[in-house]
Amino acid sequence: MKREKPQLIINGRRLDGRAPQDLRPIKIEVGVLKNADGSAIVEIGNTKVLAAVYGPREVVPKHQEQIDRAIIRCRYRMLSFSTPGERKSPAPSRREIELSKVIREALEPAILSYQFPRTAIDIYVEVINADGGTRTAGITAASLALADAGIPMLDLVAAVAVGKVNGVIVLDLNEVEDMYGEADMPVAAMPSLKRITMLQLNGVLTPDEFRQALALALDGINRIYQLQKDALRRKYVEASE
Amino acid sequence: MLSNASTVIKRTIAVPGDVIVVDKDTVVEGSNLYKIDENRYIVTSISIQDLEQEGDKKKIRVIGLKGRYIPKEGDTVIGIVSDVSVTYWIIDIRSPYPAILNASDYLGRPFNPATENIRKFLEIGDVIIAKVAQFDRTRPPLLSVQDKGYGKVTEGLLIEIEPSKVGRVIGKKRSMLNMLIEETKCNFVVGANGRILLKCPNSELEYIAILAIKKIEEEAHTLGLTERIREFILSEKVKRGLIRYEA
Repeated sequence: MKREKPQLIINGRRLDGRAPQDLRPIKIEVGVLKNADGSAIVEIGNTKVLAAVYGPREVVPKHQEQIDRAIIRCRYRMLSFSTPGERKSPAPSRREIELSKVIREALEPAILSYQFPRTAIDIYVEVINADGGTRTAGITAASLALADAGIPMLDLVAAVAVGKVNGVIVLDLNEVEDMYGEADMPVAAMPSLKRITMLQLNGVLTPDEFRQALALALDGINRIYQLQKDALRRKYVEASE
Repeated sequence: MLSNASTVIKRTIAVPGDVIVVDKDTVVEGSNLYKIDENRYIVTSISIQDLEQEGDKKKIRVIGLKGRYIPKEGDTVIGIVSDVSVTYWIIDIRSPYPAILNASDYLGRPFNPATENIRKFLEIGDVIIAKVAQFDRTRPPLLSVQDKGYGKVTEGLLIEIEPSKVGRVIGKKRSMLNMLIEETKCNFVVGANGRILLKCPNSELEYIAILAIKKIEEEAHTLGLTERIREFILSEKVKRGLIRYEA
């Protein structure tokens, strides 16, 4: 499916009309599932991700249990109807298994797992509609679901991707920009602790571009972080009215 | 109200990552806090954050709104038998750790599995009121029923609420619970694990009591809850014709 590389930036505007440092419109809702201990749905542009959290609960199978902390298990999955064109096979792909690990490791530094020895915390991330940035939306949603479940955390984790398309550093790439751009760098961080929990880079950036991209990503993360906190508080303010 | 009682000046919802800064006139209280340095704390779960004034001292109280029940020695819990072993029962107490109740403790005498069948006393699905006798996170919690008011439950109605909201159902100095007992004439046993056992004189009052408890759970984070619940119960009683409306 190799096609001619399209022009991604025209007159300083991206294909969807955004400036390079703009995020896509974000919609966040917390506590959307009744059966899960915590849940959240995050929409970033056309990307839509649902996260559910169970636990701390008993570990099954028992041999996985750790005597000094809770184990954290994460499953990232793309639903069969989440991609354009052909139906995605529901069998877990190599990519999904890897992203499950990446998301787990991005969230682990935030969770105070030593408070619940011999238990398990299960995180399920389901991509309902994919249009680039599903792992970052997944991390954003999963950290909200964890907070909604009442699991003790040092901070919320927010994530966003930065990249380079047509030589310009841009924030929050969508599918087309990811596919035809020169670089793609997802970043996750705990803003109030100023700690980065995940940083991946696919493509090539010069050291200067890297610094510029990272600063842009952290700026985007701060904006998403505020939206996360607002969404969490909104759930309780609405209930009292 | 007592004159030296603390008054809540401001109530906000705190979320994970919120930083609380304290100075020498302020003390901070709460179990879900993480200390970063001498005067900064992080709130680790969704909580109510109350700023209270006590004379010229300020106090920040942080109370968690969500989370699983973690057993604590001395807690009264309401459990459901989930499995039977040869000499003990495994009890579901809505915590990540299933609890154990020994047959010898339940019977109050030595138990010999060779001569007696444990299932004669408690079966899977039976409800018990018990005390957490022992728990240290390295072994399953051990329950005991050797005290007044503990043991098998034979009648009543069981409702479940969020364990972290049990404190609101009881209220400050049992104010909420006393009000509920007074208004609904029901008998309440409140388990620390979020299970509440009701015994009511009739089904109308029982229904009102359930509605009231669910309303407390939903509005646990709001101020002046006891009075609002009292009004709610009165209006429900009027609606059902149990009492006549008095202007």
